[in-house]
Amino acid sequence: MSKLQIHDVSVVYPGLNGGEQVRALSDINFTIDPGEFVVALGASGCGKTTLLSLMAGFISPTEGYLTLGESQISGLPRVACGIDLHDKIDGPGKERGVVFQKHALLPWLNVIENTEFGLKLQGVGKTERRERATHFLKLVGLEEFHNHPVYQLSGGMQQRVGIARALTNDPKMLLLDEPLGALDALTREVLQELLLDVWKETQKMMFFITHSVEEALFMASRLIIMSPRPGRITHEFKLDFNERFLECRDARKVKSMPDFIAMREEVLSIIHGDEVVGGLH
Amino acid sequence: MMATKTLNPKTAVNQQERNQPVTRKALVADGQPSLNPMPRIRNLFSAGPVMPGESYGAPGRGKSLAISVVTATSLLLLWYLVTAAGWIGPLFLPSPLAVVARFWEILTEGFAGASLMEHTGWSMLRVFGAFTLAMATAIPIGILMGVNRVARGLFDPIIEFYRPLPPLAYLPLVIIWLGIGETSKIVLIYLAIFAPMALSARAGVRSVAIEQIHAAYSMGASRWQVIRYIILKNALPEILTGMRIGIGFGWTTLVAAEMVAAQAGLGFMVLNAAEFLVTDVVIMGIVMIGIIAYLFDMLMRYAEKTLVPWKGK
Repeated sequence: MSKLQIHDVSVVYPGLNGGEQVRALSDINFTIDPGEFVVALGASGCGKTTLLSLMAGFISPTEGYLTLGESQISGLPRVACGIDLHDKIDGPGKERGVVFQKHALLPWLNVIENTEFGLKLQGVGKTERRERATHFLKLVGLEEFHNHPVYQLSGGMQQRVGIARALTNDPKMLLLDEPLGALDALTREVLQELLLDVWKETQKMMFFITHSVEEALFMASRLIIMSPRPGRITHEFKLDFNERFLECRDARKVKSMPDFIAMREEVLSIIHGDEVVGGLH
Repeated sequence: MMATKTLNPKTAVNQQERNQPVTRKALVADGQPSLNPMPRIRNLFSAGPVMPGESYGAPGRGKSLAISVVTATSLLLLWYLVTAAGWIGPLFLPSPLAVVARFWEILTEGFAGASLMEHTGWSMLRVFGAFTLAMATAIPIGILMGVNRVARGLFDPIIEFYRPLPPLAYLPLVIIWLGIGETSKIVLIYLAIFAPMALSARAGVRSVAIEQIHAAYSMGASRWQVIRYIILKNALPEILTGMRIGIGFGWTTLVAAEMVAAQAGLGFMVLNAAEFLVTDVVIMGIVMIGIIAYLFDMLMRYAEKTLVPWKGK
């Protein structure tokens, strides 16, 4: 099984109009193991999305490099460093599926056409891609909507299509950039449970970004808390609230457990501390 | 729970449906048409159902068709009145009946050595010929300008320079270069259509959401697939808008194009009639151009509805 590794990665954005350089990420060393559900939490500007874009291959680090199993996602070629890698840099690829907050579905395609779009790009025949897309539409509970135009769906249903679309490509990991951020509170809770079910069912690596402390604690097997200026990982927690939910199927019960609440307060105080420091700059 | 139920949008829709027959009942008492026509007329000009109870929505909503019909009819009536009463001489404004009569005359006998079908045919050939040429070149070039910086650098200064020039300003140059034949006429119209079409295609390409491109890349798309499946599809609504704007520019340039050495054409017909002060033919020509342009615009709007139903969604 292959894991995703981030080796000494920094990302520096050039300052605007000759202003100061911005260190979006500084010396990140981090590994996501197979089957892990990693959640990144932090104040705005802490580099969460930059980290996800690096993993997806949309941007390249200024220093360091990223690998998924044997292949290198981005950064300078590392063949010479004693690590046995190909000198090929992958960039974005189908083994890392991405779910965005919004605007990522293709409005000229209906639900099933959106879901099978990745397979179509790869030249998979129509019967097979319909079959695989239908399987994942069933998994997210949208099978009966397969013929609907996506722009007529509610926000929650659109995100379900986004998740099914990413899964249909059978990626090794899913990168989720605040996928539930634009949804109402009720839909959000339903989709949290759905994502945990998907995770259990598919055993994919997950990297999930959120602003919500409760969501982060509920979803994560490992929670990383990031801090801004420069963006870095400051805290890491191993959690099992997601396992508890998958056992008891009662999200409210898990979210009101005493240790859940204690954890929530601890994480909140960490993040609030950051914001105070950030405010002094 | 009760509160949630009344807030249910479905209930709100029912409320609206229930309201409609009530308003209609006010007009028809006991199945008898009301003798007073005022409510019926008022209903014709009302904004129509917008949202029940909405008084502070966005301004300007509701139907306007009935008002437009009344405007057009009043103008025609006014036109008829001032000419029939003799307040304006036929040299300045012939009566609508005279224009219709002239239409029949030219339809059967022709004008200035060509039948009406020939005038119309030649003009349409020029405008739609130029339009087709512009589609074949402006759309690919506009797309190329959107996705390729070299193409943008090459074409941007040329288009941006000549775009604001009035076609009449470069008409002499086009004639010096291409002669007085059909080529110079089509090229003049073509140039007028080209710029807005190319710029729209370019804007359409630039309007794509970065998330869609990123999503496609992370599903294994190649650069070419991203252009073909994401960028071109995304640009389609703006390309169609560009075509509508372009054909409009084409019609406005028609008269200029037919100024020099034309034997037939609606623009030529209007100019020729003006020289001999045949005002009814001038008006007829203008109306003809207006009607053809309007019909084509309706066709384009229909194409927009069927080709890009997701536009603005």
